[in-house]
Amino acid sequence: MKNLLKIGSFLGLLLTIVPPITFFMGNSELSQMKWTMGIGMVLWFVTAPFWINKKREDGRPKTEEN
Amino acid sequence: MSNRLLKKIVGETNEYERTPIPGASLKGGKSFLGMYAGEHTAGTEFVIGPLFVAHGVAAGDLVLGLLIGNLLAVLSWGLITGPIAASKRMTLYYQLERIAGKNLVRWYNLVNALMFCFLAGSMIAVSATAVGIPFDLEMPTLTDWLPRTPGWIVTVLVMGAVITLVAIQGYNQVSKFANIMSPWMILIFIAAAIVGLAQLGVGSFESLSTIAQEVIWNGVPLAGMSKFTIWHIIFFAWFCNMAMHIGMSDLTILRYAKSWTYGFYSFAGVFLGHFVAWIASGILYSVFLQVNTASQEFAPGAIAYQTLGIAGAICVVIAGWTTANPTIYRAGLALQGIFPKVPTWKITAIVGGITSLAACFPALVMKLLDFVALYGLLLMPMGAVIFADFYFSKKMGFQSEGALNSKSDFSVPALLSWVLTLVFCLGLNFFYGVEIFFLGLPGWFVAVAIFVVLSRMKYPLAKSLA
Repeated sequence: MKNLLKIGSFLGLLLTIVPPITFFMGNSELSQMKWTMGIGMVLWFVTAPFWINKKREDGRPKTEEN
Repeated sequence: MSNRLLKKIVGETNEYERTPIPGASLKGGKSFLGMYAGEHTAGTEFVIGPLFVAHGVAAGDLVLGLLIGNLLAVLSWGLITGPIAASKRMTLYYQLERIAGKNLVRWYNLVNALMFCFLAGSMIAVSATAVGIPFDLEMPTLTDWLPRTPGWIVTVLVMGAVITLVAIQGYNQVSKFANIMSPWMILIFIAAAIVGLAQLGVGSFESLSTIAQEVIWNGVPLAGMSKFTIWHIIFFAWFCNMAMHIGMSDLTILRYAKSWTYGFYSFAGVFLGHFVAWIASGILYSVFLQVNTASQEFAPGAIAYQTLGIAGAICVVIAGWTTANPTIYRAGLALQGIFPKVPTWKITAIVGGITSLAACFPALVMKLLDFVALYGLLLMPMGAVIFADFYFSKKMGFQSEGALNSKSDFSVPALLSWVLTLVFCLGLNFFYGVEIFFLGLPGWFVAVAIFVVLSRMKYPLAKSLA
């Protein structure tokens, strides 16, 4: 599950940075780029919080805290 | 919100508040690299880059000035703050208390809290420029000091209330959220630069150079703005975090470092946030100025939305919010040092109220460069006092940590170093017209000199040995 979330986050970041590059190269329209970046943002928002910062300093998962 | 949660938050924040950090709690370099990279890509970056454009800085001056200024900032963290933090391993407040005494630290806390309130206020205003887009809110302009419309006041107050409530309830969650958002926000800044350059017609390195010099940073200030030179850029980049490095606020963070060299890791923050992000947000603003010729409107949210769509606007909201929130919380902690019996949540609520009121005034955003310089300048003398106490006490023959060793709650040398340095800086500004950005450097030497001379008189080493 965690790997799936990481892939989703990575995809979110790709959808944030690749559309501006394709726009710069003249391969996409501005409106299309904005929408794709919006989708990338949503993807990052719904996946990243579930795996980033989820480990304690010693590497144990947060669930072991209490 | 429960008292248990509040206790948990305060308890975690106050860890090792009055004792050196034990070896087992020291952290590796990776933690500092990530922390600095995230901390310096914040809401302020959406304002500072555009203000450089508005102040008519030339492209070459900007790039060279940022490289030099940021390098000086990293050296200040690495060579001044890092070694003292790793040697003493105490918070700024406790270290200062031992040197300057409890009562003086209270005044320091008050100034610190006020500055935090205004900084958080400017970030709420920045967020409001994005939140107001769907409501067609009339945005502030570069020369605005007062709110333009009741709609602006309502938007800012509602945002301030929400941010204050969140600050009361969960500092840790917001801090974690900021860390999570950091990689995405950095990419948004890079995306802004790429899209902005494309919109300005850049297609090759030659055209990049031409457009950078003739369109983006053309050296001509906008109406009503002063002209910035390379010296402004160098000193601003160096001293925009003056409170943190030579002002020693980051003692509190770097005391956890396994090695004294971790202060140098600040390069990750300054060269991402104070180089890439400032350049990117400057490009964004330039695109806005091209589309809206002669517009005086200055609204980071609207500017980002125009070029990047919803992702840009939300990035401005998050950047502003994640900067304002911990800042309100820190202001609350600083005030709690003065009023220890008042519960944290009440203090944070009061701070949030002051911050929200301050945010109503767009002057905080339009004059952010001056405010950031003032903030550092006001707190810097106390950092100079810590530096002088650490390095010169034995060599110059006075007791280190004078207040602690003389069992005093008030150190006259520290107080006079602070006040007289600020009077000196005010004099340079008032009588010689030296701009606020350049006052920190002479001020630091003056603060060190005053503290050393007065400490030799007040706390001579021979007297303590007798």
